[in-house]
Amino acid sequence: MTLTLHHNMTCHPISMRVFFFYTVYCVFFCQHKEIDDNVISPEKAEEVKLKARYPHLGAKPGGSDLLRKRLQKGQKFFDSGDYNMAKAKVKNKQQLPAVTPAEKAEITGDHIPTPQDIPQRKPSIVASKLAG
Amino acid sequence: MAGAGGGGNDVQWCFSQVKGAIDDDVAEADIISTVEFNHSGELLATGDKGGRVVIFQQELESKNQPQCRGEYNVYSTFQSHEPEFDYLKSLEIEEKINKIRWLPQKNAAQFLLSTNDKTIKLWKISERDKRPEGYNLKEEDGRYRDPTTVTTLRVPVFQPMDLMVEASPRRVFANAHTYHINSISVNSDCETYLSADDLRINLWNLEITDRSFNIVDIKPANMEELTEVITAAEFHPNQCNTFVYSSSKGTIRLCDMRASALCDQHSKLFEEPEDPSNRSFFSEIISSISDVKFSHSGRYMMTRDYLSVKIWDLNMESRPVETYQVHEYLRSKLCSLYENDCIFDKFECCWNGNDSVVMTGSYNNFFRMFDRGYRQDVTLEASRESSKPRSVLKPRKVCTGGKRKKDEISVDSLDFNKKILHTAWHPQDNIIAVATTNNLYIFQDKL
Repeated sequence: MTLTLHHNMTCHPISMRVFFFYTVYCVFFCQHKEIDDNVISPEKAEEVKLKARYPHLGAKPGGSDLLRKRLQKGQKFFDSGDYNMAKAKVKNKQQLPAVTPAEKAEITGDHIPTPQDIPQRKPSIVASKLAG
Repeated sequence: MAGAGGGGNDVQWCFSQVKGAIDDDVAEADIISTVEFNHSGELLATGDKGGRVVIFQQELESKNQPQCRGEYNVYSTFQSHEPEFDYLKSLEIEEKINKIRWLPQKNAAQFLLSTNDKTIKLWKISERDKRPEGYNLKEEDGRYRDPTTVTTLRVPVFQPMDLMVEASPRRVFANAHTYHINSISVNSDCETYLSADDLRINLWNLEITDRSFNIVDIKPANMEELTEVITAAEFHPNQCNTFVYSSSKGTIRLCDMRASALCDQHSKLFEEPEDPSNRSFFSEIISSISDVKFSHSGRYMMTRDYLSVKIWDLNMESRPVETYQVHEYLRSKLCSLYENDCIFDKFECCWNGNDSVVMTGSYNNFFRMFDRGYRQDVTLEASRESSKPRSVLKPRKVCTGGKRKKDEISVDSLDFNKKILHTAWHPQDNIIAVATTNNLYIFQDKL
């Protein structure tokens, strides 16, 4: 905020005092307004909080990353064999150590999931409880 | 029809029924994913994450209790969609029913469209209350009679039997969507319907399953340039050439199919100007429209974004004519709502029969109604505690700060796992269906 003084700068003692207080008031008002900006917008305060927790959060929030993740929604399996094994709840006899936790990866190929990694799925053969 | 209730208005909402299991351990398949009344309001359909559809039918008002509206009881239930596997992409296709839309009734049978992420199905629900009896070559239980024992002939006749409701899939509309279907909408011409996924909208003829026309395609040549996706689409209630689709950026485009075969160029663009100084990381996410619904009159449309409901006049693109805050107190919680993914919840909204009141859901099993005429709003709760028959629902209030009054609930005490995403309003009467996670509540106004 720029200070524009329209006072007639005479060296009258009373007007100097007025000028002094006016300056102090303007500076105070400036600082107060900045504080108000942060208080007025709770959304911006929340953004500050988020950036503090996740400093590497992308600059384009609603952009490609989020949208691409949305377009790719759906649990990915290595192949149809994986899927069918998960469906049939077959337990592998060889207890291979679980290498990575079961996470929703966007691309496969990092590791070959074992049946232990994949959450079990089965189609609903039971009637809906709404009909009960 | 009267208004939202609460305050000085004359509508009081009462508990009528609740459907579903009481236990707190909710199986994923039981999560309700869509609720829809048919055009007469006699039937109420729900779809769930397990791919099942349950249809309730309103009982005829009994002569003994003329003051009570009929209850909704189970009419039919069937497995609409099964889980599938996309072999090309090694992706699982969920059987969750995203949307159900009823066709207007033309004969004795009822028809509805149900869709999951990839496939739309047309189901016929028909009643059978007679069966033929008195066959010559078959016994009543179906066993074949020895022809040599047949000495007389008789004509089989239809005899009444217990009512049987059968659901059969009449059409399967598959393989037309690369991305996930979010909306279906039946045209007022009753011949065509549209299906919309994240990037494309297709037009189908209800009779033809092996062909559909692409009418909107917003997929960029380079996917890196992707900036927005389609979130919802709907046909105009009486103009068969007009439809709208909403985007993740908070815009709504109205398209006229007479203008061109491919409606990439919109006829109208509805967008509320944004104050750039207010822009934050969350702005675009919370402006994403999760539902768009035309009013019954066709003059207005309503959109739902994360924090508000907006009513638009189709004749004015520059800004909505009405804005209602659903849960503004969440604006100071956006950071944690982003972390627990609640900020991406897709709430739906609905109009009452004469377009005077709109309703939408919130958290903590709260739902909100906004009376456009009386400028009143009310917050109600769908809970087992207020489930005594015909008990009047007490308006709820969220305390936003400072001293919490008695009966108020503070923002930090809200249960964000209890979300009401799907609500429906009877087309004529003050009967509403509200879906919590796995229960369906039916409320009606006190007669």
